[in-house]
Amino acid sequence: MQRPPRSLMSRSALVAGSLIATTSLLLAGCGSKASDTEGAAAESCVDTSGSTVKVGSLNSLSGTMAISEVTVRDAIKLAVDEINAAGGVLDKQIQIVGEDGASEPTVFAEKAEKLISSDCVAAVFGGWTSSSRKAMLPVFESNNSLLYYPVQYEGLESSKNIFYTGATTNQQIVPALDYLKEKGVKSLYLVGSDYVFPQTANRIIKAYAGANGIEIKGEDYTPLGSTDFSTIVNKVRTADADAVFNTLNGDSNVAFFREYKNVGLTPQAMPVVSVSIAEEEVGGIGVQNITDQLTAWNYYQTIDTPVNKKFVEAYKKAYGANKPTSDPMEAAYVSVYLWKNTVEKAKSFDVKAVQDNAGGVTFDAPEGLVTIDGENHHITKTARIGEIHPDGLIYTVWESPGPIKPDPYLKSYPWAAGLSG
Amino acid sequence: MDVLIGQLATGLSLGSILLLAALGLSLTFGQMGVINMAHGEFIMAGCYTAYLVQQVVSSAGTSLLISLVLGFLVGGAMGALLEITLIQRMYDRPLDTLLVTFGVGLILQQIARDLFGAPAVNVVAPAWLSGGVELFGAVVPKTRIFILILAAVCVAALATALKTSPMGRRIRAVVQNRDLAETSGISSRKTDITTFFIGSGLAGVAGVALTLIGSTSPTTGQSYLIDAFLVVVVGGLGQIKGTVIAALALGFLNSFIEYNTTASLAKVILFVIIVIFLQVRPQGLFTVRTRSLV
Amino acid sequence: MTSLLGRWQTWAGFGVAAVVLFGLAPALLSDFRLSLLAKFLCFAIVAVGIGLAWGRGGMLVLGQGVFFGLGGYIMGMHLKISDAALAKQAVPDFMQIAGVKELPAYWEPFASPLLTLLAIVLVPTVIAALLGLGVFKRRVKGAYFAILSQALAAALAILLIGQTSVGGSNGLTNFRTFFGFALKDPVNKKMLFFIAAAVLLIVVAVVRQLMQSRYGELLVAVRDGEERVRFLGYDPANIKVVAYVVAALFASIAGALFAPIVGFIAPSQVGIVPSIAFLIGVAIGGRTTLLGPVLGAIGVAWAQTLLSERFPSGWTYAQGFLFIVVVGFFPAGLAGLGVLLRRRRKKAEPDPQPDPEPESEKAGATA
Repeated sequence: MQRPPRSLMSRSALVAGSLIATTSLLLAGCGSKASDTEGAAAESCVDTSGSTVKVGSLNSLSGTMAISEVTVRDAIKLAVDEINAAGGVLDKQIQIVGEDGASEPTVFAEKAEKLISSDCVAAVFGGWTSSSRKAMLPVFESNNSLLYYPVQYEGLESSKNIFYTGATTNQQIVPALDYLKEKGVKSLYLVGSDYVFPQTANRIIKAYAGANGIEIKGEDYTPLGSTDFSTIVNKVRTADADAVFNTLNGDSNVAFFREYKNVGLTPQAMPVVSVSIAEEEVGGIGVQNITDQLTAWNYYQTIDTPVNKKFVEAYKKAYGANKPTSDPMEAAYVSVYLWKNTVEKAKSFDVKAVQDNAGGVTFDAPEGLVTIDGENHHITKTARIGEIHPDGLIYTVWESPGPIKPDPYLKSYPWAAGLSG
Repeated sequence: MDVLIGQLATGLSLGSILLLAALGLSLTFGQMGVINMAHGEFIMAGCYTAYLVQQVVSSAGTSLLISLVLGFLVGGAMGALLEITLIQRMYDRPLDTLLVTFGVGLILQQIARDLFGAPAVNVVAPAWLSGGVELFGAVVPKTRIFILILAAVCVAALATALKTSPMGRRIRAVVQNRDLAETSGISSRKTDITTFFIGSGLAGVAGVALTLIGSTSPTTGQSYLIDAFLVVVVGGLGQIKGTVIAALALGFLNSFIEYNTTASLAKVILFVIIVIFLQVRPQGLFTVRTRSLV
Repeated sequence: MTSLLGRWQTWAGFGVAAVVLFGLAPALLSDFRLSLLAKFLCFAIVAVGIGLAWGRGGMLVLGQGVFFGLGGYIMGMHLKISDAALAKQAVPDFMQIAGVKELPAYWEPFASPLLTLLAIVLVPTVIAALLGLGVFKRRVKGAYFAILSQALAAALAILLIGQTSVGGSNGLTNFRTFFGFALKDPVNKKMLFFIAAAVLLIVVAVVRQLMQSRYGELLVAVRDGEERVRFLGYDPANIKVVAYVVAALFASIAGALFAPIVGFIAPSQVGIVPSIAFLIGVAIGGRTTLLGPVLGAIGVAWAQTLLSERFPSGWTYAQGFLFIVVVGFFPAGLAGLGVLLRRRRKKAEPDPQPDPEPESEKAGATA
């Protein structure tokens, strides 16, 4: 069998491939070299001619974040069902197009793009982690569509294409610090998960502490999902601060509170204020491990107003009597109604009309009256410090005098002057 | 001084947790060179067994003791089932078993999510284990002391079983030289199933013990898996004392580094230390010396 | 065994691929689907490298996310710096928000495009070489190597999440320009797709060259009988290191392309889960073949997008089952399936009639 000489044959692959690749690339031609022309915004394909209007619900239904986000999806659906039963928006019935973000920012970005350009939704409700929101931000800005984001986060962001119905730092963390100061706390220990929200929160806390004479006795981080807190709790115990500010996330809280209790630290001697523990998480931690500890949110299931009672009843009726309602859920519920109210004020689904008319739109929410701030697209929220009771629910022990205006860049706080550029 | 004692106690406790998680793994890995990525999910199965038992038996103390036994059986059964259905076909392809068991782990995780829900569930620790013990100025939680004792008991039981019982001798024979063992009349098939049963059963026990200090959720197993593997890699295959020493060493190192830097940095530094250690001793601390080239 | 492909077939193969990628795809797919395909092509580039290292070399590389992330982050840092420069800012937007006024020292080199490209090629190569030499020279077992690469991916992901100076858990997001071209412009997005397609073709060509050369035979020999290769006088460690370095290089280039195509790079692309996800496409397509990893990677990614649209939690089950069934029962993947079917068909042909026995033997041996 006569085979061609090795050298000739072995090179043909490389030559062939490279030549064809480069030729094709050159033939394809270079795209626009324009580097700072603002390209025309993509044409919106939202179809408002018929009797329905589509909105997107983009939440993680699988993966590690599914824990929290499934409930957000349910709350969105509850709001949509209620609105539809009352006649819809501008006489159109809302149709939800649901997508799974799979706890993965790339998937969130991809599905957001799909919802906007293929499904032509008028607005998208969802997202949870900051990384998913940051991944989706360019998609919404370049397609000029709207995202309603319902989760408390670290602030320092505002986009004309996103409406933030969760708390920013001056509506959750700063009021918590005010409460602690009021109670006479003179030293704090900071414990958090090692990612952007706790790191940013702790910077804010340190600036506040510096301006208010509170000593920070220690600052410790653990990787997300970490379950070993023996070292950290040991440090907390020996540092002997007046209180602990806890920005841990997820399963880490379970291990932390068990260790905390077993080492003999009590909420009376050294209370822990947490910002990521809502009614659902209390069950997983074990009520006996966390009774009398504090949380900082804007909404609790136990809020005693007729609006909230109606909301809780409706939710439990739709999804089960043993399902609690929590802050992000309520914020998602609120976001749908705020969109509806803005659309009705603007008398149009058009994105620009919604953006122009958003300022001043209100809604009588389960957490109280909320108003959209037209400048930074956040909403006013009442801050509430809660105490966990043996029944597993959280009860308000302190409430801010009224709804707090959102200030994501902390511009109105002199002690926060050096924090953001 | 009490800080140092506290850190020593922490290191010991962490080492005992690693030991519990890795003990079963070293048995299955050492026995057949089979990397069982579903080991983490067997630990999770132990956790959920404890949860289910507690739903039925309301007393936390009794349920803990029952769960320890039941966790062993449940984990063992799952391991044996895995071995019979999948792994026995793949002994000549150890790297592929890694991927296959990873797939099994994924499915088990999702089943747990669908059955129990994604959020963590609470397993109540018994009252006689709550609180801590004062030790030279440091406070050590009783649950951690319990886990330490449990790990020691498991190691002792396993070592005794391997040394004295006929089944143990068979297992050691197959580990040292499979072909020779078979020609001596030992059924390596049965021994493999037994080894997997015991190894996965130990994972189940570890899961029950871990409900005392950690959370019970579908992703619980994942947080212990990599560390357990690193213990086995450092300890070497085939001998329990390697696993014990490696677990304690890694536990102490981790606590010490974490105390002086941060927990995230500790993981990275520990990884670098292990890679450097493998330069010096690529087969791990203790290994069964064979003439085989592999 | 090298198949006797004439030069014609090689050229024809690449030509057809070029036509499909450069002609048919842009014409038939919408802009959204085209950028999806561009993302899949990045995964395919990683898969080609894995096919070399794992399929031909027998090294289970569980940590390709590390190199993917390195390439992506290096490119991302450069893109953020050039965005900031265009906007006449000293530091990228996320640093401004964090109150950082000056660029950290280790960001400085990536202001230069040339240095960035060099770093994308060199940094993962050097790291892979060091790790590979450290592991293979000391004859660390394949299983240990797999676990170590996985632990490295986990450790790097944790490190990146903790570092706010590279964006922390959010990663580097919101890229505006790519070497001067506006990323918003759909024409430029198409251009990125073409670049990814061209890189894929070149990468496949390189691997084919490697596979057909003497090195390719040595690599397969090391996979099948490392000790024998050692006795023949070669050092298997060096052979394996080359394959590992090539795989790392391809993963890095893929990551560098992924960043502008998808618009961000985050630690979620670096850890354990994405590293293993790279493997499944290779396993399904046929890890030892040339095109198997490419088609497998694109196919699996596309199936994942489709499935998650319809059955959200079903994809986890599907992924698990795919791992079990394909790796367990069809280790040669779909490509191997083809070979199996062909063999079955050959067996189905009737055997030729046995020759009639000679008379003398029938009578039996008579004394």
